[in-house]
Amino acid sequence: MAKLFSALFAGGIFGLGLALSGMIDPNKVVNFLDVTGNWDPSLMFVMGGGVMTTAIAYRFIFAQDKPMFENDFHLPDLLSIDARLLFGSVLFGVGWGLVGYCPGPAIASIGFRPDEPLIVVISMLAGMLLYRAISRP
Amino acid sequence: MENFTPYSSLAGGILIGISASILMYLNGRIAGVSGIAADLFNALSLSEKAWRLAFIVGLVGGAFAYAAFFPIDIAPREHMSTGLLIGGGLLIGFGTAMGGGCTSGHGVCGISRFSLRSISATITFLVSGIATVYLVKLFLGAS
Repeated sequence: MAKLFSALFAGGIFGLGLALSGMIDPNKVVNFLDVTGNWDPSLMFVMGGGVMTTAIAYRFIFAQDKPMFENDFHLPDLLSIDARLLFGSVLFGVGWGLVGYCPGPAIASIGFRPDEPLIVVISMLAGMLLYRAISRP
Repeated sequence: MENFTPYSSLAGGILIGISASILMYLNGRIAGVSGIAADLFNALSLSEKAWRLAFIVGLVGGAFAYAAFFPIDIAPREHMSTGLLIGGGLLIGFGTAMGGGCTSGHGVCGISRFSLRSISATITFLVSGIATVYLVKLFLGAS
């Protein structure tokens, strides 16, 4: 039960952060990516603030034996930089540039602005399932 | 450089970092939204699905709560069609599933672990996103 509340709480803070940062506005995201035009560097501050905070906190967290409510830290064990990682990231970047949403803001937006984000989220879930279907022989 | 919001964006980014830190400190999990969403459709135990669903509910609730107190004014986009939203969404889902993460999992959590994989992924989707916006403006004239 504690695990549920901590995830709910972390999700809530994440949603607040996305809204406060402006990342929830797809116009702002597109302007961030529009480096040769009407560039808005704000989202560099979002990523910078997120990475600085997390990198410092992770140092202390990983010095612990285990997380509070679990027996182990669940970290990705993949190390290789392969074609799948890079090609997938290229495709994600194209979608991100086209609609101005990445998964976090798209999902976070469905509560207060369901029109565009809901279409993006449903299509996104379909895309995830599609990849799973074709990547599994 | 109009609409530049360094302070609120930095503060929002710090909140996102606090969220990622809470999820790792308490539950030992990476706060990667695409992975958490995709895993909801995996054959996982009920408790494994439940915390992911709780995170998603919190994500929606947090943004909703913010919008209730501070109205978020998002300018409508005339060139955005349903077809484009569907195509973009499919690419986002397919690409993040294939690349194993998005802006949060690779961009925030992965870089914070100094993962070369995540740094490579983040540079790749940033460059790809920048190129896409450039080409869209070039060929469609949409601003």
